[in-house]
Amino acid sequence: MASVSIPTERPGGLLRRPSATTGVWSWITTVDHKKIGILYGVTAFFFFIVGGTEALLIRLQLAQPDQAILNPSVFNEIFTMHGITMVFFVVMPLSAAFFNYLLPLMIGARDVAFPRLNAFSYWAFLFAGIFIYSSWFLGGAPNGGWFGYAPNSVVDPTRGMTFYAIGLLIAGIASTVSAVNLAVTIINMRAPGMTLFRMPVFVWMGLVVQLLLAFSLPIITIGLVELLFDRLFGTHFFDPAAGGDPVLWQHLFWLFGHPEVYVLILPAFGIISEILPVFARKPLFGYQFVVFSGIAIGFIGFGVWAHHMFAVGLGPVANTAFAVATMIIAIPTGVKIFNWLGTLWNGDIRFTTAMLFAIGVISMFVIGGLSGVMHAVVPSDYQQTDTYFIVAHFHYVLFGGAILGLFGGMYYWWPKVFGRFLNERWGKVQFWVTLIGFNLAFGPMHILGLQGMPRRIQSYPESLGLTFWNLVSTIGAFTIAVGTLIFLVIAISSFRKPKQMVADPWDARTLEWLTTSPPPVHNFDDIPVVHSLDELWHRKYAETGGGRVVPVPAGGSGDDAHGEDHGDGHAIHLPSPSYFPPLAALGLPVLGYGLIFGLPFVVAGLLIMLVGLYGWVLEPSAE
Amino acid sequence: MATAEHQVQAPVTDHAATSTGLPNMKLAIWLFLASDCLLFGALISTYVLYRGASIVGPYPADVFDIPYTSVSSFVLLASSLTMVLALASIQRGDPARMRVWLLATAMLGLTFVGGQVYEFTTFAAEGLTLSTNVFSTSFYVLTGFHGAHVTVGILMLLTVVGLSFGGRITQERSETVEIVGLYWHFVDIVWIVIFTVVYLIPTGTPPGA
Repeated sequence: MASVSIPTERPGGLLRRPSATTGVWSWITTVDHKKIGILYGVTAFFFFIVGGTEALLIRLQLAQPDQAILNPSVFNEIFTMHGITMVFFVVMPLSAAFFNYLLPLMIGARDVAFPRLNAFSYWAFLFAGIFIYSSWFLGGAPNGGWFGYAPNSVVDPTRGMTFYAIGLLIAGIASTVSAVNLAVTIINMRAPGMTLFRMPVFVWMGLVVQLLLAFSLPIITIGLVELLFDRLFGTHFFDPAAGGDPVLWQHLFWLFGHPEVYVLILPAFGIISEILPVFARKPLFGYQFVVFSGIAIGFIGFGVWAHHMFAVGLGPVANTAFAVATMIIAIPTGVKIFNWLGTLWNGDIRFTTAMLFAIGVISMFVIGGLSGVMHAVVPSDYQQTDTYFIVAHFHYVLFGGAILGLFGGMYYWWPKVFGRFLNERWGKVQFWVTLIGFNLAFGPMHILGLQGMPRRIQSYPESLGLTFWNLVSTIGAFTIAVGTLIFLVIAISSFRKPKQMVADPWDARTLEWLTTSPPPVHNFDDIPVVHSLDELWHRKYAETGGGRVVPVPAGGSGDDAHGEDHGDGHAIHLPSPSYFPPLAALGLPVLGYGLIFGLPFVVAGLLIMLVGLYGWVLEPSAE
Repeated sequence: MATAEHQVQAPVTDHAATSTGLPNMKLAIWLFLASDCLLFGALISTYVLYRGASIVGPYPADVFDIPYTSVSSFVLLASSLTMVLALASIQRGDPARMRVWLLATAMLGLTFVGGQVYEFTTFAAEGLTLSTNVFSTSFYVLTGFHGAHVTVGILMLLTVVGLSFGGRITQERSETVEIVGLYWHFVDIVWIVIFTVVYLIPTGTPPGA
């Protein structure tokens, strides 16, 4: 057994390093990737409920014609905040939760490359969310759509879009830092023998997502800086009267915005690529095809942005080029779908809740993917753009793809993270309620869109004949809410039972199931040595000459492969908790308020950041 | 396969062997710089897009003083040399000389930033402020953004000097200096692009001039 050493103090820092291992301070000062993962997950789920409530308000307003539950300006704020919340504060951080918790475990590492930076990313993300939501009380929420098109976003008289620009800048800093950190972790901290093509697909998708973030976020960052300067300092970036071009904003936004779409969906693809083989009891069909199509999606994802702008009038050459690129990107996506189907084919399938969600992702994403290809056809897109058909499309990929996949991931990894199962029976109820609610909510939007119902319109007259499907959609939205409540109850009640979990309850294939559930703070007593893809599976099972799979007897070939001369008696040094990542992150929103409310906050924000960063640098290293 | 080459590593320390052999910090700074390229890329694209699009003056040809900016560009590029000398000193185990070269680098950087402040003040006196036209808008934000990068670099250099007095920068830990150096060289290289695109390539005759 390896022992965890308590780091001794060394002089030279501003403060002693915190040492709490339980209680609130242990969470605030933690640098453990597992605790940070849980923090991401809890925070993102909280925002999911907030963003979901906003969706319910939208659906209430649209349930019947000519209603006035929300007035038009509040309606604008609500749909804008719904979009911002779901993209930046739900799907991204919930994916980050899985990445943080699982990537080090899956590659056989003890933590991420930069544990304190990891904590900084979480706190900066949390403060960005609080910052944007504080706008409701400080002069109006963002109201120009999550895409914030100029010049509307520049000339709007409320403070909303200023909050939008600063809040997303802070969230962008959090994500960029986290992207570099996790990419370095994957590239550099793999266990011995864990070559790139022995990495689980989820890790591969993690790498692609981090690189997409690292190269797309800077572009929106500049867009947001330019927007902010236009709003605060009278510059003319998006001012047509001075020769500026509002379409520049659209290019900068979608050059980020389309890679972002893959940032949102690839984590779910990774999750179901882990779930399907385990519950089909077969290796993933065409592992390398899945990996390479993920990489291809990552590359081509940077070349399709203008399909969001077909109606702008870029001209036939540009539109054709982007239409073709968009159709091409459907190919690697389709490859993945067939790989998943191939994995299921002839499998010994166990219909657990996680498996149901994974199959749900495949079927729902196919619908959303197909309507996506329809938009690649420019004349067809002219007809559909700015209608509910688009809303239907991206909810099928983002809810039917990303959210269902993330739910599946929660059912699958909950036993690993918390040492307890989520109730399978009620989980299946949640799955069916959510799936039915989802199709009721977003299926009818296809019809509404083709009938010409525009997006982002607060009300509609009865004479348009849109009432029935709008009502159905609203009923569906509330059904999803019921499903989410069921999940909350399952999740909370799972903690009423004592922990009684074996390391590998699903008979799974990857390294995170090798260690205890929940894993010890140092993840693995001995770092595993990897010999193959699906390492854990090969440690448990061998194939006989006739192709039959038989269990390897305990103490058999794979078991002692890691029992070399390391670990024993070797103290494992883990980075100590730290006060400074949350402190440095706190400087960001204070500085942000300063840009709106004046110099004292700017000075305070900069001071907090400086103290945080210098405290960080001077902190006695416990390693 | 490749298992034999890898050393099994229990502790997470500064010197843990990594999968690629590159230190984590160095990989991280390269990734960060690659990402930073796109920040400057987006700003330079904005500037190029708005080249010649200003409706009112002053225009670039009215304000630019190419010899002046050439001198300050030379000062900045010279600082890359002193940075290299600083790294070489610490790698030889000579922290005193490293401090001298780091301070020289910071001074050259400071001269560049001071020159930029003077340039901005002169332009403003000639009627070119941040909100004058799309040229001034994209020019000030691009070059100012670069100036902010240089300023952050100067702070990092001075921090390294301070840390070295505390004995935290040693021959074995020269990687810190190398990483600050990578950032510094990057900022210099970006300036070569900006100087060429903004100052040296003529904009042509503005409409109505």
